[in-house]
Amino acid sequence: MSNFDASRRRVLKTGAIAGAGVALPTIFTASSAAAFTNEPTGGSVTLGFNVPQTGPYADEGADELRAYELAVEHLNGGGDGGMMNTFSSKALQGNGILGKKVEYVTGDTQTKSDAARASAKSMIEKDGAVMITGGSSSGVAIAVQGLCQEAGVIFMAGLTHSNDTTGKDKKANGFRHFFNGYMSGAALAPVLKNLYGTDRVAYHLTADYTWGWTQEESIAAATEALGWQTVNKVRTPLAATDFSSYIAPVLNSGADVLVLNHYGGNMVNSLTNAVQFGLREKVVNGKNFEIVVPLYSRLMAKGAGENVKGIHGSTNWHWTLQDEGSKAFVKSFGTKYGFPPSQAAHTCYVQTLLYADAVERAGSFNPCAVAEALEGFEFDGMGNGPTLYRAEDHQCFKDVLVVRGKENPTSEFDLLEVVEVTPRAQVEYAPDHPMFAGGNLGSCNPGA
Amino acid sequence: MFGLDKKDTSKLIIVACLALLAPFILNPFPTDSALAQFNAGYPDLMQRFVIFGIFAIGFNILFGLTGYLSFGHAAFLGVGSYSAVWMFKLIGMNVIPAIVLSVIVAGLFALLIGFVSLRRSGIYFSILTLAFAQMSFNLAYSVLTPITNGETGLQLTLEDPRILGVSATADGSIPVTNLFGLEMRSTFELALGPWAFQFNAGYYLCALIMLAAFYLAIRIFRSPFGMMLRAVKSNQQRMNYTGLNTRPYTLAAFVISGMYAGLAGGLMASMDPLAGAERMQWTASGEVVLMTILGGAGTLIGPVLGAGFIKYFENIFSKINDNVLHTWFSFLPDGMEDAVVFIIHPFIGKGWHLTLGILFMLVVIFLPGGLVEGGQRIKGWLSRRKAKDGGKAAGETNPAE
Repeated sequence: MSNFDASRRRVLKTGAIAGAGVALPTIFTASSAAAFTNEPTGGSVTLGFNVPQTGPYADEGADELRAYELAVEHLNGGGDGGMMNTFSSKALQGNGILGKKVEYVTGDTQTKSDAARASAKSMIEKDGAVMITGGSSSGVAIAVQGLCQEAGVIFMAGLTHSNDTTGKDKKANGFRHFFNGYMSGAALAPVLKNLYGTDRVAYHLTADYTWGWTQEESIAAATEALGWQTVNKVRTPLAATDFSSYIAPVLNSGADVLVLNHYGGNMVNSLTNAVQFGLREKVVNGKNFEIVVPLYSRLMAKGAGENVKGIHGSTNWHWTLQDEGSKAFVKSFGTKYGFPPSQAAHTCYVQTLLYADAVERAGSFNPCAVAEALEGFEFDGMGNGPTLYRAEDHQCFKDVLVVRGKENPTSEFDLLEVVEVTPRAQVEYAPDHPMFAGGNLGSCNPGA
Repeated sequence: MFGLDKKDTSKLIIVACLALLAPFILNPFPTDSALAQFNAGYPDLMQRFVIFGIFAIGFNILFGLTGYLSFGHAAFLGVGSYSAVWMFKLIGMNVIPAIVLSVIVAGLFALLIGFVSLRRSGIYFSILTLAFAQMSFNLAYSVLTPITNGETGLQLTLEDPRILGVSATADGSIPVTNLFGLEMRSTFELALGPWAFQFNAGYYLCALIMLAAFYLAIRIFRSPFGMMLRAVKSNQQRMNYTGLNTRPYTLAAFVISGMYAGLAGGLMASMDPLAGAERMQWTASGEVVLMTILGGAGTLIGPVLGAGFIKYFENIFSKINDNVLHTWFSFLPDGMEDAVVFIIHPFIGKGWHLTLGILFMLVVIFLPGGLVEGGQRIKGWLSRRKAKDGGKAAGETNPAE
């Protein structure tokens, strides 16, 4: 061993020891001077927009991102102000939030819990985001909600329809504006009763994961209360693209209604298969065979094309609504991007504004203060009529739309027509409803 | 040192320095400069670097030494994560029992899968492991939901028993993972002028475990056992003809590498107590293959470099958006700014896969030995130049292990 090597080694060793020495203080520190995680100190505040940019829900994610950018523009006083003009709370001034300019960072959830959490973590740890929003899948939303609870930032859920998000997996730092499976069932049931009667036999095809199950449970319960029978519930793998083998048994089961608890690409494929098998021309038990898609979106209707005509489902919001808030939002979104927004874009835009408004009213970015401002908050002018953010589970209660695939669409965006606006009272449920039981909000966590 | 020869010792020391000084090395740009976007020195990403480093080191023991290409290694990582989270739910928030259990469970699982899969070699082995991993993924995703919580991923709740800890802290939140009271998430921030460096307890725990794992890998590489594995790679048939049963050796390598993956999974859950089924998907298995090949299969340090490289792209490039680009190029005239942003746009944000793919192709085409070969070529070039300049005898280039 030469002298040179020994000394080099010594240098490296010293370096290592010094490094370890520097690391040592971590043992003694857990908190810093800030009152809560990522307290904004400069002239700007950073929000984290965590949406799927790759993977099966990339279309929804891209639309969500557009909505977020629009919301930031409006909050900073740009554009025409959109829904800020129709919003019942007038706390927002168009000068950012609490006078701080709104900046944002974006990330890719890849529709995977792990990647979504990694991306959200980097927003919190590296970019200093004080609020995280987004998600286009219930699994991801629940995972990121849990992370935000631990880290001490607010999570404003985007498109997530599972009962669990504000049911058994609810968190004190998480808030959801979007509706859920139970509400879909409650809104659809009376419409289905009027259309198809009370003596029907239903067959469920369900995407085999948490969201599919909670929706299947909700719809089955709502239709069985009408007097329908449920003859079978078949789970299909999420990755399936060809549903022919699942459709064939439906014909021999004696069922006269097929319920497709599928979303996105799954629904496009299963509906197409069902129509190709001629299900809709069949007459079973002396009644016309019907197909129901409980969770509908315009992007899905576009994918399924001709096949959606006359098929019923529910949706959170639709751009053809004629209230002031919806019109203002469609106008500013259309001006900026040249086409109408989807329901995913709507809920994300509204969530951003609601967060900003809550901060203004609370006078602080502290998650606990913001949560307090949002809990029990009643507002209007955001496109769904008078809405309540319920304090018990952080779920928004508002009108739900029942829609139908249009027979004669006038444009590529005009694919759905609103059949009925189900009033809020009809979709409300007790916070301890069995489908939502088992969770615990816990207490709000300001981090730091 | 530690029973290693000079070259290996210096390798270990280099890795140790890189790991321990990572908060400095990965944060070269001041916090408010435009280049701060490229800083990677925040706890979550640093943890991922070393955890995937462990995963890739373990994978390399199997692939690099025996040549058996397993396409299902993510299953062991997932199993490790699930066991760790269950320990947090049932026993308590200390990470030691969680990590120990995750290694043991992953080892047993690897024994089972290895016992079946290793009856075949080559492509058939790869397919078998892939099939097992996809099976585990689908089970975790739906059938085993009571154990794995399906698509949502296994999470901690306030109702968990945690018999050696508390179900909920005094202020009503879920307790955080710790090592005998030292919280894994506690971070010490050091502000030096415009720089801010973050030292995270969890990261240093991972880094120390990674060093131990790296040391163990060196010992395996240099042991008679490692020699036997290399012999399997070069000509298994000949070994069989000489009357030697290679199965126990390959099975041992498979189990060891499965345990490494379990360790990585356990650490992942310890840093962030959630286990999702996607961790076991075939894409995750493919990722570790890419890491190993990108860094240099069969080399000691390569997999660690490859893991860092891929995780860096996934986390840093996916977060650059058009807005950021516009701030960078705002000095250009308007039309030109838009043109530059337009050209770069497909490679950032959602296009990070594309950038990574191109780099991967370049590496495989021009540096078949991976990043390690790149390093060796630079070293060789430097020493040749030195030899020309000073007329001094240059050290001969080191062949890849």
